Amino acid sequence: MKPAHLQRDPIYLDYNATAPLLPAALAAMQPYLTGAFGNPSSYHRLGRQAKAAVEEARTKLAGLLGVLPREIIFTSSGTESDNLALRGVARARGSQGRHIITSSVEHHAVLKTCAALAAEGWQITALPVDANGLVDPEALRRHIRPDTMLISVMHANNETGVIQPIGEIGAVARSCGILFHTDAVQSFGKIPLNVRTMPVDLLSMSAHKICGPKGAGALFVREGTGLAPLITGGSHERGLRAGTENVPAIVGFAAAAEQIIRALPAETKRLTALRDFFEQRLQELIPGVQIQGKNAPRVPNTASISFLSIESESILLHLDLLGICASAGSACATGSTEPSHVLRAMGVAAEASQGTIRFSLGHGTTEKELDFTISAMRDIAGRLRSISSVAVAS
Amino acid sequence: MADQMLPDADDALESGPLLFYNEAVIDHFTNPRNVGEMDDADGYAVFGDPSCGDQMKLWIKVSGGKIVDIKFKSFGCPGAIATSSMATELAQGRSIAEAKKLTDDDVIKALGGIPENKAHCSLMGIGALLAAIQDFEQKQATKA
Repeated sequence: MKPAHLQRDPIYLDYNATAPLLPAALAAMQPYLTGAFGNPSSYHRLGRQAKAAVEEARTKLAGLLGVLPREIIFTSSGTESDNLALRGVARARGSQGRHIITSSVEHHAVLKTCAALAAEGWQITALPVDANGLVDPEALRRHIRPDTMLISVMHANNETGVIQPIGEIGAVARSCGILFHTDAVQSFGKIPLNVRTMPVDLLSMSAHKICGPKGAGALFVREGTGLAPLITGGSHERGLRAGTENVPAIVGFAAAAEQIIRALPAETKRLTALRDFFEQRLQELIPGVQIQGKNAPRVPNTASISFLSIESESILLHLDLLGICASAGSACATGSTEPSHVLRAMGVAAEASQGTIRFSLGHGTTEKELDFTISAMRDIAGRLRSISSVAVAS
Repeated sequence: MADQMLPDADDALESGPLLFYNEAVIDHFTNPRNVGEMDDADGYAVFGDPSCGDQMKLWIKVSGGKIVDIKFKSFGCPGAIATSSMATELAQGRSIAEAKKLTDDDVIKALGGIPENKAHCSLMGIGALLAAIQDFEQKQATKA
């Protein structure tokens, strides 16, 4: 017989990578994966039915954000939304200037897109962050030039959960008449967003991070913001994103958003308490534990924890062998030996960043699971430190 | 919740079909051989740099031209820990002359292969071993 710990489901603490589909989202999607298979661009009833479903989803999502339905563009992913925002503005407004300001802790979807634009002749400034991972809005003001035409600073960081002062950054952008984009993939569904009152012109979202399906994202584009499409073809999404709509995923996205945002006040309280308990217990029980971004505002579900003198992949493999799913820094960086660019930008020493694990909690996370993970981490840290050639500095 | 007994490697292996490493690598990672330090070593080396991701310390005891005892400590990824462990196992009991002929390929072969992007890890065990042998030989030379 298998030992008890192998008879249970995995303990999933990687919600920032992706989240399980909500049953309500699956139920909403099902008709559009089967009988209601029409193309929203078709004239006939099946087409009209699909079109109505997409527009209903758009209206629902817009309502949750406090924006107009026509300000929502559906895409395939958060990454595509970031690409559309950056390249779309660059193409539409390149004549007004060729300087873009971003931050050094952005997701690769923004950083690599900026690097690609740099290769096309754009000038990019990546703002530094402080030890807590925060951009200084005053530093932003100092870097603005007459040819600056876009500012892109993420809302919440995927590795640390740190929330940037978007209101102040947006106010600086507004006062200078510069467009402001924020990657809200890790904040949407985790903290309240009233996009109507936020000083942002473009905002990226992803469905699967909020328990919707993979394959759908959205970009909020404030009315009057000039944008050029990246994908040309039909007149879908007001000509800004050609290609037959992913109807079931879009429907599932809106259904998930509705449920996640309805549950947000209670979940915020629950997850904050769980996360704080988790971090506190780890620090009490294990020497040499640092919490990254601890002194900054953070989304409630994310814990970026450095275990000094041991290496993150070794921790991850031990956790995996116990059925506990977590990430080292950013999931995208696993497999490369590069230290996390986010932790490096925060000035975290190599000995800490190399042993950093991201635990990201979600609606399925229980106190019991965290208790098991805490005792597992105590054992793993002990084991790896008994092997380690590096002394623990606590 | 009270402290839980964590499983040993044999139990752990049942947990998934999705492992990136083979069973031998997992075994040497979860139960590394010859871990420890030595006060009266005949040869000692530090290899690698923890700020670059991995480091190994290795001690050997030599008697009658043979490695009679070997101990190591490693900071690094599972590949680094497993290849360090296997390198010490291959060197244990061998003559200095034989041990000097060991290569990183021998370590990889003995483990039944490691993922390609981890091949560089296997350099550490052998690198540390050869450096400790060199340290031993230098000490012998100064004694003589």
